Amino acid sequence: MTAATTELRAQQDRGRKAAQNREKWAQGRTYISAAVVLIWCLAPAYWMVVTAFRDVGFTYDTSILPTHVTLDNFNTAFDTSFGNRFGQALLNSVFIGGVVTLVSLVIGVFAAYALARLNFRFKYMVLGFILGASMFPGVALITPLFQLFTNIGWMGTYQALIIPNISFVLPLTVYTMTSFFREMPWELEESARVDGCTQGQAFRKVIMPLAAPAIFTTAILAFISSWNEFLIASQLSSDATQPVTVAIANFAGAQPNQIPYTAIMAAGTIVTIPLVILVLVFQRKIVAGLTAGAVK
Amino acid sequence: MATEVGPTPVKAPASGGTPIHHGPKGVGEDNQILSQGRWAAWLLAPTIIALAIVIVYPIISAIVMSFQKDAGLDPATGLFTAGGPAGVQNYVNWIAQQCAAPAGGTVACPPGTLGAQFWSATATTFFFTVVTVALETALGFWMAMIMARTFKGRSLVRAAVLVPWAIPTAVTAKLWFFIFAFEGIANKLFNTTILWTGSEWPAKWAVIIADVWKTTPFMALLILAGLQMIPAEVYEAAKVDGASAWQRFRMITLPLVKPALMVAVLFRTLDALRMFDLPYILTGGANNTTTLSILVINQIRQGFNSAAALSTITFIIIFLVAFIFVRFLGANVVEQSGATGKGKK
Repeated sequence: MTAATTELRAQQDRGRKAAQNREKWAQGRTYISAAVVLIWCLAPAYWMVVTAFRDVGFTYDTSILPTHVTLDNFNTAFDTSFGNRFGQALLNSVFIGGVVTLVSLVIGVFAAYALARLNFRFKYMVLGFILGASMFPGVALITPLFQLFTNIGWMGTYQALIIPNISFVLPLTVYTMTSFFREMPWELEESARVDGCTQGQAFRKVIMPLAAPAIFTTAILAFISSWNEFLIASQLSSDATQPVTVAIANFAGAQPNQIPYTAIMAAGTIVTIPLVILVLVFQRKIVAGLTAGAVK
Repeated sequence: MATEVGPTPVKAPASGGTPIHHGPKGVGEDNQILSQGRWAAWLLAPTIIALAIVIVYPIISAIVMSFQKDAGLDPATGLFTAGGPAGVQNYVNWIAQQCAAPAGGTVACPPGTLGAQFWSATATTFFFTVVTVALETALGFWMAMIMARTFKGRSLVRAAVLVPWAIPTAVTAKLWFFIFAFEGIANKLFNTTILWTGSEWPAKWAVIIADVWKTTPFMALLILAGLQMIPAEVYEAAKVDGASAWQRFRMITLPLVKPALMVAVLFRTLDALRMFDLPYILTGGANNTTTLSILVINQIRQGFNSAAALSTITFIIIFLVAFIFVRFLGANVVEQSGATGKGKK
């Protein structure tokens, strides 16, 4: 072995080591960044949950770990003696969200099918109109609706909350489902026909199972956006029909000057946990639904 | 069917046997488009009708209302005056910040009244929009770049970013209100004694921080989806050619992710321009955090028609911004989302 080759070996070794070090360093930075993202996203939510379980006497306790753990705040959240109607509001939100989601899906599925599968004139105009509708400012609707519902005695009724919600949930539904439908392997329907299925069978046995996840994901997104609505509900609902967002925003304590933070955090936790679980379970599909249309 | 060369000749379900083709232009194409058009019209009708009822009708009636005088007590005589056509007076009043004068005519609105807040609310709305969207784009891009890498626990990070997104804005507002309470965790952590919601700039920053926390994940996910469309081979080829990391970012990542990025920025901008829940609950619009949407809501109970004029102005502002985005900045939303091509994906 000559000196030159030894030297070359050593150089190669050094190079390889440097590359490995760089790789390690890059990997380390990735982990640090990922940790920062994790903390930034989760810390405030964690603080809500910790406070929800903290005794009201220690509201401003700032120890990071749970202290003075109690379930009292959840009782307080449902307590109606200070004029809060959180339990009723939960039912209202489920009912309003359910009806809005159902109506939007039933109406929207046809439109999404047409937009994804058919060629026709004005297609882009219709798509543009639907997209524009989903970006529409709620305040532009509220004034005439306020006046109209006052005149016909609908203020504070469920329909006065459901109908305006459809204005932004339906476009979202059509938009998301269109993107999902465009991705589906429609050739399979034809193959099923070739294999001897009737048209109805092909639709029932091939298309429906394929479309079900897309429709289900769209339903979750639609329900979440209805569940989170605040602007219209804050103006058009009554004590009896208000959804949770309004109930939490107006949550009152025993004394007018004292904000019952721990009970509000408990209420917030109750409102949020089901959504977070739903979102985490269907994470992949939801992300696909959220980003559908922005790419591709 | 024999003449069809399209890659996906298919039949629509329940179309009563009408053949519906996806194929390149060919013999009978016009007829197909015609029959597909009729079929599409039926399928789209329920959606179009529903949207006409819940959006188009309110918009038209808002515009009609905005040209009417608000009925109410005449400040001069104390007598009830009926409405009636107002021409563009409502719009002029907002833009010139004029209020009805006791002696008839108009005077400059006294400070503190809703009428005196139009330009400050407009400025606040645009300030919030520019700052939050800029921060969300930068942070979102950074998060997306991290989530695009492969490392252990990546799926955990991807799940975690969905948490702020899933929390309702009303709850987010209350949560940050508590975090920013005088004795709250924010002051404790940073060892400050700021009355966050009590004065102008801390209140504005409280709204901005809460909004950035809540909506950056959406931005990050949209950008991530754009990043994942870039094939890895492109980066490898650039690496082989000796491009530095910065060059790869500037010459490959940025231009290729731009379409998705523009759509994300457009969505967030339009959303920020109508911002309502967060400042309304977090600061109550106090200390110059009143956005245009909050001003409309406060005006409703003082006069529908004047509120309708303001909401129409808000709508026009948002529409103009969207137009500028699509026309001049190349945020091609419809083609991004609508391009089916002819039969091919």
